[in-house]
Amino acid sequence: MSKLKYALFTGCTAKQSTPELLSSTLAVAEKLGIEITILEEASCCGASHLQDFDEFLAHVLNARNICYAEKHGLTMITICNTCQLNSQMTKHALDTNPDLKARVNEKLAEVGLEYKGTSEIKHFLYALIDDYGLDAIKDKVVTPLSQFNIAPFYGCHNIRPSELHEHSNGGENPYVPTSLDRLIDALEGHPVDYESKNKCCGFHVELQANHTSEILAGNALVDAIDNNADMVVTPCPLCHLKMDTYQDSVGKVMGRDIEIPVLHMPQMVALALGATEAEIGLKFHVSKAKHLYTA
Amino acid sequence: MQNNETRKVTIKAFRFNAETDYLPYTKQYEMEVGKDDLILDLMNRIKWEHDGSFSYRRSCRHGICGACGIKVNGKPVLACKQNAIELLDLFDNDITLEPQSKKRAIKDMIIDKGDFWQKHADVLPYVVADVDAHPTHETKQSIAQFNAMLDSDLCIQCGSCHYACPSLEANPDYLGPAALTAAYRFTIDTRDEAGKERLELTSKPGFGVWDCVKCFECAQACPKEINPIEKITKLHNMQFEQGIAERNVATKHAEGFLRGMKKTGYLDEADIVLYSEGILGMHKHLKTAMKMMKSGKIHWHSGVPFINSIPEIKNLSEVQKLIEISQTNKL
Repeated sequence: MSKLKYALFTGCTAKQSTPELLSSTLAVAEKLGIEITILEEASCCGASHLQDFDEFLAHVLNARNICYAEKHGLTMITICNTCQLNSQMTKHALDTNPDLKARVNEKLAEVGLEYKGTSEIKHFLYALIDDYGLDAIKDKVVTPLSQFNIAPFYGCHNIRPSELHEHSNGGENPYVPTSLDRLIDALEGHPVDYESKNKCCGFHVELQANHTSEILAGNALVDAIDNNADMVVTPCPLCHLKMDTYQDSVGKVMGRDIEIPVLHMPQMVALALGATEAEIGLKFHVSKAKHLYTA
Repeated sequence: MQNNETRKVTIKAFRFNAETDYLPYTKQYEMEVGKDDLILDLMNRIKWEHDGSFSYRRSCRHGICGACGIKVNGKPVLACKQNAIELLDLFDNDITLEPQSKKRAIKDMIIDKGDFWQKHADVLPYVVADVDAHPTHETKQSIAQFNAMLDSDLCIQCGSCHYACPSLEANPDYLGPAALTAAYRFTIDTRDEAGKERLELTSKPGFGVWDCVKCFECAQACPKEINPIEKITKLHNMQFEQGIAERNVATKHAEGFLRGMKKTGYLDEADIVLYSEGILGMHKHLKTAMKMMKSGKIHWHSGVPFINSIPEIKNLSEVQKLIEISQTNKL
């Protein structure tokens, strides 16, 4: 296999409340021999909230991020479903609307940049599965996850709307997603089949519609627990934040105790590939997770 | 198994009669399914060959009336448009026909759509205008003005998006994607004079656009490919464009993203909560914040939270300049 090279768009969360996501991502890349160039110039993607305030501005700022991946001549990889969605939405909008592309480029020209549309955008999950390959990952496993029942939680923004993502997520069907299940299998874990795996965690209305947010997260966590999961794993740090950090308040709304580790997808892979405790960073979880690391 | 084969399968169907049944149950029906069969053909076969009491709505058989909207294994479909083999392939030959909303079931696939129609009516789904009783000319629209509707006028009120929406499931007061799409369709219509009223209505917390959880279930569900969440985003933007957005936790959360971006390029996760909620609203988050500090999610090693703990992107001045020259809306 020729060496894989990507431009990494870290997003905001991996630089702030989930440092374990960035360290485990870099650990996985190193273990697999994937070359990563971090886009230190990239700004926030707007997370769909800036888009609500000013859609055009959000397109300009996301186009600027993609420009830097284009400068490196690399595919841009994301480690957050929401970053993936918003970057991909801008790419799609500009690639299919010449007038919008011209208006955005008019702004970018003011800072010496031009969006061309030459870089693809892909979540790290699909870079691992579609580019590196599950068989190759399986060969690198040093600590099989065979003792764990693992509930895959896909998150909305990697799988919906499917037409937008079909070229970047291997044609994942949002009603029957399989990528995380297959990855868990490759790491010799036991994927938990449960109804909520492709549902919404409620993160994006945490502030303005808190009750809705708590119910959606609660439904998913309870479903995973009731299906005997030892942990939930997600490719989205926002799903992680909602489901890891708020288990107490979610439990109150659901009327029962909720306690289950919620891992980032790269943390799970790093566990199986034999990364260090510091790289995996389970200490940063609010819900108890450190016991999952067995050196 | 290939798409072009006829196959013998067992189709499951949700059964419930609100007049006689205490609980719903599932029944199974064996049948041959051909490559051109639609889900509606399967339902007809159940009714005509297995059980005449099996009930569902159907009318046009052309995907334009919206009557036969149901779910199959949780996937919203128009029964008269959805090829059955396609779904059998997708779900490994194991499919269950379900109503759009089990809790609103009256008889089998037939649900009470009263909530859907009430919300539709709430958004004034018609052109509001003083029309001369004896006009001398048509009210013309340009192609661009018509195109601004973005296909929202193609909605057939089938309810697929409405009953796929998890926010509505959690909060029955929420208008939902179908009503909001209708609100956009008439608000953007150049002949309409009730846009401000609709924007005010759809901006209400707990009721309007700010309760959208951004899951894109509506975009995935729509059999007419209308993409309701695109219209919800447009409504958000129009509230700011037309000065209707009031300062509240939701609008400040959206606009507040720029505060951190101007300062460091990143969203400032701590500041956005403080700015959106205000100091008095922060008490709700104290317990969580303490836990996040304890685990290191809110960390001190790179600076003091709220003050200088966020790293700065390279070439930050570009982002600052782009915000300055590209921002079109304000709060």
